[in-house]
Amino acid sequence: MARARRIPDDLARQQADQPAGDVAHFGTDEPLVLDAGISLAPFQIAYRTYGTLNAERSNAILVCHALTGDQHVASENPVTGKPGWWDIMIGPGKPIDTDRYFVICTNVLGGCMGTTGPASTDPSTGQPYGLSLPLITIPDMVRAQAMLVKRLGIDTLFSVVGGSMGGMQVLQWAAQYRDAVFSAMPIATAARHSAQNIAFHEVGRQAIMADPEWRGGRYLAEGTRPSAGLAVARMAAHITYLSDAALHRKFGRRFQDRDAPTFSFDADFQVESYLRYQGEAFVERFDANSYLYVTRAMDYFDIAADHGGSLARAFAGTRTRFCVVSFTSDWLFPTADSRQVVHALNAAGASVSFAEITSDKGHDAFLLDEPELFAITRGFLESAARARGIA
Amino acid sequence: MTAVPGPIRADYLVVSRLIQPGSRVLDVGCGDGGLLKLLRDEKGVDGRGIELSREGVNRCVAEGLAVIQGDADTDLAFYPDNAFDVVILSQTIQATRAPRVVLEHMLRIGRQAIVSFPNFGHWRLRYQLVTRGRMPTSENLPYHWYDTPNIHFCTIRDFVDLVREIDAVIDHSTALDAAGREVRVDAPWWFWNLFGEQAVFKLSRAR
Repeated sequence: MARARRIPDDLARQQADQPAGDVAHFGTDEPLVLDAGISLAPFQIAYRTYGTLNAERSNAILVCHALTGDQHVASENPVTGKPGWWDIMIGPGKPIDTDRYFVICTNVLGGCMGTTGPASTDPSTGQPYGLSLPLITIPDMVRAQAMLVKRLGIDTLFSVVGGSMGGMQVLQWAAQYRDAVFSAMPIATAARHSAQNIAFHEVGRQAIMADPEWRGGRYLAEGTRPSAGLAVARMAAHITYLSDAALHRKFGRRFQDRDAPTFSFDADFQVESYLRYQGEAFVERFDANSYLYVTRAMDYFDIAADHGGSLARAFAGTRTRFCVVSFTSDWLFPTADSRQVVHALNAAGASVSFAEITSDKGHDAFLLDEPELFAITRGFLESAARARGIA
Repeated sequence: MTAVPGPIRADYLVVSRLIQPGSRVLDVGCGDGGLLKLLRDEKGVDGRGIELSREGVNRCVAEGLAVIQGDADTDLAFYPDNAFDVVILSQTIQATRAPRVVLEHMLRIGRQAIVSFPNFGHWRLRYQLVTRGRMPTSENLPYHWYDTPNIHFCTIRDFVDLVREIDAVIDHSTALDAAGREVRVDAPWWFWNLFGEQAVFKLSRAR
């Protein structure tokens, strides 16, 4: 079976407090009031930028990452050494063209790549926060991003773009800071997390918490890691990012490095080997408690509930231009979820485009080589740029 | 939604003439966005579209048009009253499941509605049915009976009846012959119904 490249444990660990790239520090004079009712201060936001902010400060695009993503969207990941997770979409001449736009990507609150999260050191104790960090919500993440955007001197974002949990942040931005969002591109996402998705997340969390090395969340202080639990969580989640057709196309029932079953519980099938690899690679770069926090934030997400049960009300009177995208084989955030957002935006009288892209790659399609997604992103941003007067 | 193939559509030009510059327009069944683009570039309209085919939608969105993938029969219900100045349905009403409901929604969502449709009363179609005893086809209606998306054909007179039935007012009407020229303006309905290959109506709600 393929082995994950060993990444020295402290390489991922040190990112939590001293990340590669830029860091914005917010002191006790600038607390972040969390939905949980607690003020977080001090805290920090790790971020990367690409391209140049124009003189009018009108060309900034905030890219929001998904559950296990990070701020290294279009540059080498400091832990894995791999290209940025949306390198295919963002860069000079690419659909999100860094020759034209100023791209900002932050690590989310609760993450483990430098923005304050459970793996960060609690300044009041000198120990990692662990479970003493208050629960985080998607609106909390967005409020933190808004503080950074303000500090960067940007009043209005030209666009907010993201897929999956990144798309949730996009919708939250549009609902919460409508005048600061000129255009918005929520991709493969929903305005609320479904019961099925909460259920999948719970499986992942239980896998982590069932690992004795989790130590009630104090594993960092005690020098262990719940690697087995986190790997299982990742394996289960990874299946939901693909599709039956994609798994079949990639692996079928083919054996891994053998011609016949071994009559054992070894990874006989390629698909097993692949999942084990995904699990092992993931634990090298991601913090288990972060996984608990960020999945929980997604579970709590429900924009309509925050607006008297009406999604249309959340967007009433918005002047933001929206482009909603879904994929035919995405069963984690199916087209029906996107259509619900579109209907609410129509009811709110918003300017909205909505495209469902044919793909058998499942939820992950938004991260992959999907020429139609690129054409749509490019076209949508071009027309928005014309309307915004960006050269 | 069906779009009649062809590079220039005479009905687009008629529709365009009926639109006030700067209006808010919803084009239902906007195809590849040809009309929306024309209206955006010529009339500076704030245009939105609905299109059934994914290919059509994706082309529109890549062109920067605000178009959603959707269905006139199911998605118009989600738009609020008076959201648009004009709602356009060009060459699509015959492909809807419930043309009457669609038309009523259009007049609810928009202050005015513009509908263009192929006239099944055109003499050439009548002639084909009478002489050959077969379902008519034409350059603008190239489908066979078994593969056509057009399930609710009507004649100009049928359409006028429906307009009366739903209590709408005809603000303007034009019939175009097979060459895309306007049929004599002062001609009676029966003449239009015979020689108009397609018709364009502008409707509003009865006051």
